[in-house]
Amino acid sequence: MKNRKLLLENVHIPGIETFDVYRKNGGYRSVEKALKTMTPDEVVEEVKKSGLRGRGGAGFPTGLKWSFLAKPEGVPRYLVCNADESEPGTFKDRYLMEKVPHLLVEGMITSSFALGANTSFIYIRGEFMYILHILEKAIAEAYANGFLGKNILGTGYDLDLKVAPGGGAYICGEETALLESLEGKRGNPRMKPPFPAVKGLWGCPTVVNNVESIAAVVPIVNEGGDAYAQTGLGKSSGTKLISASGNLVRPGVYEIEMGITVEEFIYGDDYCRGIANGKKLKACVPGGSSVPILPHYLVTKTAAGEDRLMTYESLADGGFASGSMLGSGGFIVFDEDQCIVRNTWNFARFYAHESCGQCSPCREGTGWMEKVLNRLEHGQGNMRDIALLEEINKKIEGNTICPLGDAAAWPVAAAIRHFRDEFEWHVNEREISQKRNYGLITQPSVEA
Amino acid sequence: MKANNNLSNIDQEPVSFSPETMAKISELIASFPEGKHKSALIRILHLVQTEKGWVSTPSMNKVAEILNIEPIEVYEVATFYTMFHLEPVGKYVFEVCHTGPCMLVGSDNIIDYIKNKLDINVGETTADGYFTLKTAECLGGCGYGPLLQCKYKFHEHLTKERVDELISDYRAGKYDQN
Ligand SMILES: Cc1cc2nc3c(=O)[nH]c(=O)nc-3n(C[C@H](O)[C@H](O)[C@H](O)COP(=O)(O)O)c2cc1C
Ligand code: SF4
Ligand code: FES
Repeated sequence: MKNRKLLLENVHIPGIETFDVYRKNGGYRSVEKALKTMTPDEVVEEVKKSGLRGRGGAGFPTGLKWSFLAKPEGVPRYLVCNADESEPGTFKDRYLMEKVPHLLVEGMITSSFALGANTSFIYIRGEFMYILHILEKAIAEAYANGFLGKNILGTGYDLDLKVAPGGGAYICGEETALLESLEGKRGNPRMKPPFPAVKGLWGCPTVVNNVESIAAVVPIVNEGGDAYAQTGLGKSSGTKLISASGNLVRPGVYEIEMGITVEEFIYGDDYCRGIANGKKLKACVPGGSSVPILPHYLVTKTAAGEDRLMTYESLADGGFASGSMLGSGGFIVFDEDQCIVRNTWNFARFYAHESCGQCSPCREGTGWMEKVLNRLEHGQGNMRDIALLEEINKKIEGNTICPLGDAAAWPVAAAIRHFRDEFEWHVNEREISQKRNYGLITQPSVEA
Repeated sequence: MKANNNLSNIDQEPVSFSPETMAKISELIASFPEGKHKSALIRILHLVQTEKGWVSTPSMNKVAEILNIEPIEVYEVATFYTMFHLEPVGKYVFEVCHTGPCMLVGSDNIIDYIKNKLDINVGETTADGYFTLKTAECLGGCGYGPLLQCKYKFHEHLTKERVDELISDYRAGKYDQN
């Protein structure tokens, strides 16, 4: 049914990464339109109307976030693009920046104009150094063609755009840790408030937005916010980049119009084409490693038996009891041979490794969860360990400076909720569970 | 980050950086607003590591001197970010992703294969000094796993055959340019 593309439409045009080809195909129109025919507030208004929700994971309305930006006289404001992309399962921003770097540069110019920023940054994870060079090349072309620098297109608006790398730390995706890192420090998240909109980079008002959110500003300004809001479904307006990974016939990055069914996304010819090697679907983590896992019987259908859709609302349907989240769109698929305990341990190791260590519930809690899960996975755990995990979870939840603590705790809780029998199997059948490197195939439980 | 909090004591001789590295550092510093040049630090550490292969304590001291900040400000950053090697490493460091999505498509087998092939454990360097094997958390290419990164280059869809090929290509210097 729906398959409009707004971001990756031109990705297959040869040379689209160059200014000339990008421009010939309609590139930089949003900059011309905004700078020459609109006021900054009018641009913000269009973004509000579009219903665009932040694509970095939290789904906070972008226009609203922009309207919170403090504007004290004589203080610079900054726009910082979050290209840290480190959430396991997520690799869409990398794809966008590599294939259509000018789309991000264009979005940065139009968005910076809307916010009244004269210096803006793209903070990119250090592992993406080759993309940093692609972006710098695109930026140099934009300067050479009068779209960056002083007096852009003769409108009197000045903007400098720079790229800065991280050094390998997931936590720097959290916006305040990112700002610390951009200031040349350790990536320790800051206490909020004050929010970056008031005190951000170097203590100045700052907006931090995900790559995909900034790129979406381009079609929003070109088509108008109302037209954008017509795409997608209800409050999940527009298109979304989904990074599909795991046991799929065709993993990769897909731009979907929000509202297609999960069934179509997993099995459809235009998308992932089903589970690899003729296996069955066992489970799915639909929004990056930080969101709850769904067992197979809750992936394509909600608990109420309705079709599950690729929207913020439908993926969250049922709350944490029987739903999950769209998150960053990191869609991870598990086939029937995969062990949920092993994967839960793997993710726990990730969070323990990536905790910045500032708050004890997170630093100690993630470490404990990793140890206990390691024990269970390797057939050395006991039933008390499962209860212990739930207890540690409760101690972390809501007791930390930044959401990494919750992001570590929730997936463990969800895995136990839906796959308790598999955890218990690791305790009851220690030897067998160690001989097979995969877990139990769980059947729908009674309440489902 | 709990990755590495030990500064190496090896090699305490003062260092200098190549004219190319120094030129890039000056350019970077100049690109930040007045007084905000500390923002260049992480990228400078990348440059240093590219030139030297790793980030030694004397290198960090030198960076502190260039940026006119305290050495501790450099140490605390270099120890926080896992990409920086604070101990000598092989000429090529294979960083294999072992996070969930890559594990689902067989990263454990690839890591075992490399260990056997190079006869080293994770964290070790081959006797000839060519290869160091490390594991990494999600490298942002989850749909293309199993994968590894070496000198900022991604090698994706790894198979045993592909690993064999990579090892001989690296040995032959195929990836030394650019
Ligand atoms: C631990 C942690 C990691 C995060 N990583 C990222 C990331 O890699 N990329 C990103 O855009 N947002 C990430 N976020 C969300 C950011 O804090 C922030 O909400 C987002 O960049 C805002 O942009 P948006 O409103 O356009 O989504 C992360 C948050 C947390 C708590
Ligand atoms: S919750 Fe974890 S990652 Fe976040 S500030 Fe606290 S210790 Fe650091
Ligand atoms: S899990 Fe390996 S690159 Fe993301």
